[in-house]
Amino acid sequence: MSTISVAGRSLKARPLLPRRIRPARLALHAFLIAAVLLWLFPLLWAVYASLRPVSETIFNGYVSWPKTLNFDNYTTVWTQADLPYFYLNTLVIVVPAVILTLLLASMVAFCCTQFSWKFNLVVLMLFTAGNLLPPQVIIVPLYWIYLHTPIASFGSIDVGRFSFALFSDNGLLYNQYLGIILIHVVFQTGFATFVLSNYMKTITKEITESALVDGANVLRIWWSVILPLCRPALAAMATLLFTFIYNDFFWGLLLLKTGDRRPITSALNDLQGQFFTNNNLLAAGALLAAIPPIIIFIALQKHFVAGLTLGSTKG
Amino acid sequence: MANPATSAAAPARASKAPEAGELVATRRRRRYSLLTRPDKILIALMVGIPLALDILFIWGPTVASVLLSFTDWAGIGDVTPQNVVGLKNYTTLFTGYAFFWPAFQHNLIWLAFLSFIATPLGMFLAVLLDRELRGKRIYQSIFFLPVVLPLVVVGFIWTLQYAPSDGFINNAFGLVKSGNIIDWFGNPSINLYAVLFATSWRHIGYIMVLYLAGLKSVDPSLREAAKVDGATEVQTFFNVVLPVMAPINVIIVVVTAIEALRAFDLAFIINRGTNGLELLSILITNNSISEASLIGFGSAIAVVLLVISLVPIVLFLSRTMRSQA
Amino acid sequence: MGDSRDALKVRRALEARKLELPFLETDLPMNLDLSRRDILKIAGYGSLAAFIAACGGSNPSTGGSTTGGTLSLGSYNSDPTNKAGTQAIVDAFTAANGGTKVTINTVSHNTFQDTINAYLQGTPEDVFTWFSGHRMPFFADKGLCSPIDDVWDKVKSNYTDAFATAVKGNDGHVYAVPTDYYPWAVFYRKDVFAAKGYTVPANWDDFKALCAKMKTDGLAPIAMGQSDGWPAQGTFDILNLRLNGYDFHTRLLTGQEKWTDSKVTTVFNKWKEITQYYSAAPNGTTWQQAADKLLRKQAGMYVLGLFVSDEFKASGSPVDVDQLDFFPFPNLGTSFDAEKALDAPIDVYMMSKKSPTLSKDRGQAAAFLEFVAKGTTQGIFFKSAPGFIPTANDADTSTYTPLQKKAQQIVSSAGKITQYFDRDSRPDFAGANGMQSFLKQFIASPQADTTGLQGKMQQFWDSLPAEK
Repeated sequence: MSTISVAGRSLKARPLLPRRIRPARLALHAFLIAAVLLWLFPLLWAVYASLRPVSETIFNGYVSWPKTLNFDNYTTVWTQADLPYFYLNTLVIVVPAVILTLLLASMVAFCCTQFSWKFNLVVLMLFTAGNLLPPQVIIVPLYWIYLHTPIASFGSIDVGRFSFALFSDNGLLYNQYLGIILIHVVFQTGFATFVLSNYMKTITKEITESALVDGANVLRIWWSVILPLCRPALAAMATLLFTFIYNDFFWGLLLLKTGDRRPITSALNDLQGQFFTNNNLLAAGALLAAIPPIIIFIALQKHFVAGLTLGSTKG
Repeated sequence: MANPATSAAAPARASKAPEAGELVATRRRRRYSLLTRPDKILIALMVGIPLALDILFIWGPTVASVLLSFTDWAGIGDVTPQNVVGLKNYTTLFTGYAFFWPAFQHNLIWLAFLSFIATPLGMFLAVLLDRELRGKRIYQSIFFLPVVLPLVVVGFIWTLQYAPSDGFINNAFGLVKSGNIIDWFGNPSINLYAVLFATSWRHIGYIMVLYLAGLKSVDPSLREAAKVDGATEVQTFFNVVLPVMAPINVIIVVVTAIEALRAFDLAFIINRGTNGLELLSILITNNSISEASLIGFGSAIAVVLLVISLVPIVLFLSRTMRSQA
Repeated sequence: MGDSRDALKVRRALEARKLELPFLETDLPMNLDLSRRDILKIAGYGSLAAFIAACGGSNPSTGGSTTGGTLSLGSYNSDPTNKAGTQAIVDAFTAANGGTKVTINTVSHNTFQDTINAYLQGTPEDVFTWFSGHRMPFFADKGLCSPIDDVWDKVKSNYTDAFATAVKGNDGHVYAVPTDYYPWAVFYRKDVFAAKGYTVPANWDDFKALCAKMKTDGLAPIAMGQSDGWPAQGTFDILNLRLNGYDFHTRLLTGQEKWTDSKVTTVFNKWKEITQYYSAAPNGTTWQQAADKLLRKQAGMYVLGLFVSDEFKASGSPVDVDQLDFFPFPNLGTSFDAEKALDAPIDVYMMSKKSPTLSKDRGQAAAFLEFVAKGTTQGIFFKSAPGFIPTANDADTSTYTPLQKKAQQIVSSAGKITQYFDRDSRPDFAGANGMQSFLKQFIASPQADTTGLQGKMQQFWDSLPAEK
């Protein structure tokens, strides 16, 4: 079998083999199916529990045959935890955060990879290391910053009980959408910068060079030349960032005081009482909350796979 | 890959005052700057604003945490000079705090478990799935599913499995009936492993996908050459694929280390990190972000965690810097 | 800060380069065409606004009106029943107080507790829920809540002396209004006792004999769920109160007695006599799972607070709910039995200090606090959340179930009331990586010598910074 290199891709001269089922392949499938069932089981068991009323599981325990199976927990939590409102609330936080992160990260990655200057690598290091820090390390001083940074107020967008302040309704970063979006952006920019900078390193500097010769300024090159070239990377990062920020539990709990402004993961926490918690209800709510990231993941799966490792071997 | 002409020019360029946007043409022509003044300002802004945010919101607080660790500030009012206690927090931490060394130990066990069991399993699954396979997408999705689930439901999922009298495991194996209940969460000798098993459920999928994409970027001609030489699949993997995947391997190693050091979620949800589930990040939370708010002390623990995290970070970054040079 | 001429210069320079910037067609907001005069105007208005705000006055006692207006309430009543109860109170208040518009911010109980320090120092609501105990005077000392002596003067006749002590800060001023409480006792099912011929034990020996009898009958004599960390503290409290008295107990929890004291050892030794009767896997069982055992007739007794009825009610079976009953923890044969002390944590409402709206809402906040001190108001909450007994003397007890009447009686006849371990002591000492952990260690190996463990407790206390 010979390999020929044409335009950087290897072509294999492949003989056509008849398709037969090899026992090794069967064994592989068997193993994988077993593994998959093992993987899904805990989740399916939780789905089972969420379909049962808590009155039943209190009497009979969770390992018991069902007397009633219904979606009551789902309908109850939909209204009780106000899920439609919190879906929207979470999107208001996640979507701008993802967009801003990608904008900022791509800018930094662009400047650090397409041009060489003295503190290039130091800047990249600062960004990357920033994301690798555990959030508990910085939470307390961050609190203080959020309580003491003055932010101007230009009014707010009010739709019913949803109130998006522009940019603060108490003069601080604390308890504002701006604050929570900001911390997500800053925290994720490190990871995103690292990934995008690795991807952009594959774009030769000549492209930028010739664009500069043509008279474009750097902002224009970034927007009209480099970003379109990075579209797969950007799409992959968008799905990753969506998942990470959506599933965030920590920042929303600590930097937002008003229950109405918290994202859905923190809001589910409020279903827990001082003592009593209806766990079946909570499970139903959590499973409903999990739907958007699952949808995003399944729909953009191939981007996902490409995304996590942009930043490793390329060529 | 790095332009050899550029890297060769680097030492020569170092003697000259660096200018932003200096470009060296591959054929070693006379250097010139294509960037105008406004361009340079724009670049400064494009880097400067994110950098300023990063320093203000991440590195500033980090430095502040380090400083706070030398105080006994309790979070109320201002930090006064009376609050400064020097190294007292650290001595208490290392000698007087009953939970520090168990937590440290648990983080190490966590690291070992992830490194030697969970991560290799993830890599193994990736290797299995790295071929023409019917239903590959479905397998991939299912293995990755736990990563996408929010934490609240993951806690409940595993409580359903591990609860002493109501959990699936104890009931399915007849332990409840026979009265030999295993206290998965309450027995300090085994609960860490029970939680590690549950954490691996998520970790394996994450590693699998990382590795799978890395495998995809391996040049198939290498595998072909190995096949021609008569190597088995196992030999091919260890002698050909693995070395080529070196950068990915570094990512995997560092991700594993960071996950082990940052471990928090499941142990916290189950019993707030007590009785065998102590972890450094939970100690920080229970001290700093609690009704008590022993901020100075919590910061000392945070600094210890920071120092421990810096080792893989520095390793990783020096490695990537080398590959960029 | 230059003036607008500089901005025009830059703009002209850009245009000279004749670059098409399609995405920059709309002016970026940085292009503020501010002339020097504009800036002076803004400064002028700004200082005028600041002047007016300052004139608004921050003197709390001249808050103006008490009816109408607005009020903000921070609540940790996140359970559906408690939340509904709070909402009902608020609605009644709005109606009774000339249409005061109340905004409620509900947050889960544990989150509220964990973030209380940041909350009170940041932008708290005018009025907030909290509980009696060690921390309340601490917040008062730090200037994080407002004294409400004026409110207390109007309502104090509606409270017994026991409650009066629960509301004062260290400076003697009143900072809280109590609304409800729930006692801790030994719960059991009447039908199980009747069926097996058990009688309520009056003293320790009877109690142990009962446990032994239950064991032979195939029940787990005492249900215990210590996974949450706090339930075992209830048993410690009551044993310490009975054996060593109220004074020693409160002094111990505030560090004035040592954990290595032999009196504490007697508590653990006494405790050891019943740990063999605990249900299986106590450290891995949550309080709810343990309550389920009581419900399912798998366990005979349960040392817990009145809120155990919540779990019974969630079973959806009124028949079983009716079977729930309790008896006070048996006497241990010491002189302190006469104190009839017990844990009965009290929930309160307090007024914050740093709320941005307090200066204008102060009147309404005081009116609200007066309102919740009334028996009728507490009855409204009680209807939704029957596990919480109203504190007011004039609360209507005619609607109480036998269980609730009994709960009220046991507290009103108590000589001493404590607020529960984690509220009577420092939260950092009593919390997850503190006493909760130590008690878990005890429960894990109860028959072991506790000297080492007690030493660890004392060492831990000593390592904590002074609460200044």
